[in-house]
Amino acid sequence: MASGIRDRVAIIGMGCSRFGERWDSGPEDLMLEAFDEAIADAGIDKSDIEAAWLGVFFQEQSTGKSGLPLSQALKLRNVPVTRVENLCATGTEALRGAAYAVAAGACDIALAMGVEKLKDTGFGGLPERSKGAMEDLWLPNSTAPGSFAQLASAYAATHGRDMKVLKRAMAHISVKSHRNALDNPKAHLRREITEEQVLDAPMVAYPLGVLDCCGVSDGAACAIVTTPEIARRLGRKDIVAIKALQLSPSYGYELSNDGWDGSHTMTTRVAAERAYREAGIDDPANEIDLLEVHDCFSITELVLMEDLGVSEAGRAVDDVLDGRYDRDGSLPCQVDGGLKCFGHPIGASGLRMAYEIYLQLLGRAGNRQLEAPSVGLAQNLGGIPSRNVASVAIYGLADVSR
Amino acid sequence: MSESGFGILSSGSYVPRGRLTGELVAETHGWFDPSLKSTAGTSRSFGSWDEDALTMAVEAARSCIDGADPLSRVELASTSLPYADRSNVGVLREALGLPETAGLTDSGGSLRAASSALLRALEAGQSCLIVASDCVDSKPASVGEATLGHAAAAIRVGTGTPMAILRGSASRHQDFVDHYRAAGERFSYTLEARWTRDAGYRRQTAETHAAAMAQAGIADHADRLVVSAPPALAKAIAKSLGQDDLGATLSARIGYCAAAQPLLLLRHAFEQAQAGETIALVSIGQGIDVIVLELTAPAAQNGLAAQADAGAEETNYARYLTLRRLLELEEGIRAERDNRTAQAAFWRKHEAITGFVGGRCRACGTLQFPPSRVCVECGAEDSQTPQRMSALPGTVRSFTEDWLAFTPNPPLIFGNVGFGDGANVMMEFTDVSPGELEVGMPVALRFRIKDFDHRRRFRRYFWKPAPALGGGDG
Repeated sequence: MASGIRDRVAIIGMGCSRFGERWDSGPEDLMLEAFDEAIADAGIDKSDIEAAWLGVFFQEQSTGKSGLPLSQALKLRNVPVTRVENLCATGTEALRGAAYAVAAGACDIALAMGVEKLKDTGFGGLPERSKGAMEDLWLPNSTAPGSFAQLASAYAATHGRDMKVLKRAMAHISVKSHRNALDNPKAHLRREITEEQVLDAPMVAYPLGVLDCCGVSDGAACAIVTTPEIARRLGRKDIVAIKALQLSPSYGYELSNDGWDGSHTMTTRVAAERAYREAGIDDPANEIDLLEVHDCFSITELVLMEDLGVSEAGRAVDDVLDGRYDRDGSLPCQVDGGLKCFGHPIGASGLRMAYEIYLQLLGRAGNRQLEAPSVGLAQNLGGIPSRNVASVAIYGLADVSR
Repeated sequence: MSESGFGILSSGSYVPRGRLTGELVAETHGWFDPSLKSTAGTSRSFGSWDEDALTMAVEAARSCIDGADPLSRVELASTSLPYADRSNVGVLREALGLPETAGLTDSGGSLRAASSALLRALEAGQSCLIVASDCVDSKPASVGEATLGHAAAAIRVGTGTPMAILRGSASRHQDFVDHYRAAGERFSYTLEARWTRDAGYRRQTAETHAAAMAQAGIADHADRLVVSAPPALAKAIAKSLGQDDLGATLSARIGYCAAAQPLLLLRHAFEQAQAGETIALVSIGQGIDVIVLELTAPAAQNGLAAQADAGAEETNYARYLTLRRLLELEEGIRAERDNRTAQAAFWRKHEAITGFVGGRCRACGTLQFPPSRVCVECGAEDSQTPQRMSALPGTVRSFTEDWLAFTPNPPLIFGNVGFGDGANVMMEFTDVSPGELEVGMPVALRFRIKDFDHRRRFRRYFWKPAPALGGGDG
């Protein structure tokens, strides 16, 4: 069996735009904002980039299709650009393309860019979209909050947890992310909130109130990758390497079979298991120093703690309430504010998570810097719990790899 | 008395959940028309935003043919079917899973469409499922708003052990324009009720009724009388015949349900009368049908009575208007989503969608929806046998009340529903209010409008789970 790409790809530059309602910027501006930071960080010339991957989810009233929006925004002179889309795992998918190209030896330096311009639709929430010609004939016209809210009713039923206690744990998650984002100047939502505010917030999709939901944001994030050897040649001392990059899409089981109880994300469990194997991690709760997970909704973050194997089944509620995933807890989660507060420009989110871990590993996270982390995990969940694409990426310092 | 022969073999009905009371109508419009107080003490049924004459017809038919043999003929009678040119009864056939070779007829154009269809089948000795359904809306502040209901009923005639047999009948047509509704119009134009009564039906009824009694060999009148007409007229006709209208109590609760009314009244009479009694149905609509039946076996259950009682009284008049699309609220940009149907995709999957047909894997037994080429459980290819899932009891496995999604009746309540043998389907619930659902609750499927494409005047149908009622649930 192939050994995977562990330690075969290094990240030498990363950039991230300010996230938020960027009425001032189009997708081309957001991409340039992220790219300028990354190229300066990498210390290379734009002409050194040999291939690029662009991740965009909603191309409507945004970038349009294809790789051209990236080529044109950066004026990448006929460099091959591949546009990828895999729901909310799109950003990680773009990085996966670039990383695989480098690991395969197809090119020395590659760019992964994720961008989303959501606020040109003229209405709140995510854009409306068709689910597919056949799916529209029978699937409910659901929204993202409604689909993720299903996790809560199923979780409470499966584990016999009182909805009030579950709601409190969910509120704790949002309060924590809001507090974390205060130290992130690029975050969309920078405002402290209280547990009472979360519990009293207007209902969006029972039991999710508006403060259980992440922001709908514009933004872009990007990574420049190469091999660890070239990174050293470029003079990099601390090298952030990709330890694992795994993807697990649903194949229809959750949607059509009652073997799934609806209280967790099957795909994350599969992707995590593969990623831990690829990265050589046996005890994730102790070997990983920080988490960036797909907290599109508070309940999602909660169940993901179990899906990633860092909380026991049915115990995430208690771990969350005990503060284990707070910034000063034993396994900080969403130190940058997460999707909840940093924001969720869909195509950029996977790369934004990598950006935070990259900064933390290099000790460049400013006021929110953790104490000497060496391994971080980023997880995305694209789609809805019953039909999704999960990704698990593990990043670590190359010199501490075992 | 239950011996083999030709006659009415079974009946079914469906009454939507909504009830609009005369009080609410009078309270709302009393400033405008104080005479509306006359409807106080009664209520009428109304379908939700996702119901029309076709969906109600499917439900009535389902309650009539449960477990019955395949039907060779189906007639759907209504004055308010959604399509002028797309076989409505054809959609009903697919929803019921009846064979493509069944003889199908859409009939309309008259409030007597169903009683005449029933009479034709009984006189011809022809096996047939007759479904009558109407979902006619009335102008706000009209008398019809408080008295014209929405409902459907079905009667199966054929050879077997009949519950009722034909004793006699008489019919006549007269182009008596006491009301009319032009093609494509939503509301009827109605003339003075006193003229309708005195110059029209009272006299016509007496003659036709007498002719039917003579044919039935009944000296005076049948044991029971039901009159299909708007309430005041029905009362006047019954009085002129010297009998009580057995249907008055039903109409007072669900209203007069237009072309569905004759079959609803017969089902009501089957539930109320004793075996051996005779029942006369007087059905009016540019003429009169009088049908005299003898009840040979009473209805096994009080399905219609239970449906009539199970209504939910609407307390918000604006919501009633909105559900019936009589008031257009600001729906927001989210509602602008284009619901154009990919007809080629629909044609490929029409049996699965309209009939709610899943696939059962022959290799591992797993049931799944939608059916697919590859089994989701064992991976076997082309291994699935079609299985109708519309009658399977379901269980709520997860749910939410979604206030962000666009629906004409917020919130959108949807979730995962289990159907046993491995099957799980994510579905939109209907006929349920916020706070009513729980994980583990039993649900039953209803045939409903899934989406409207208002731009192209198309509507698509699918199935939605609703909290399962007790006995008598179709």
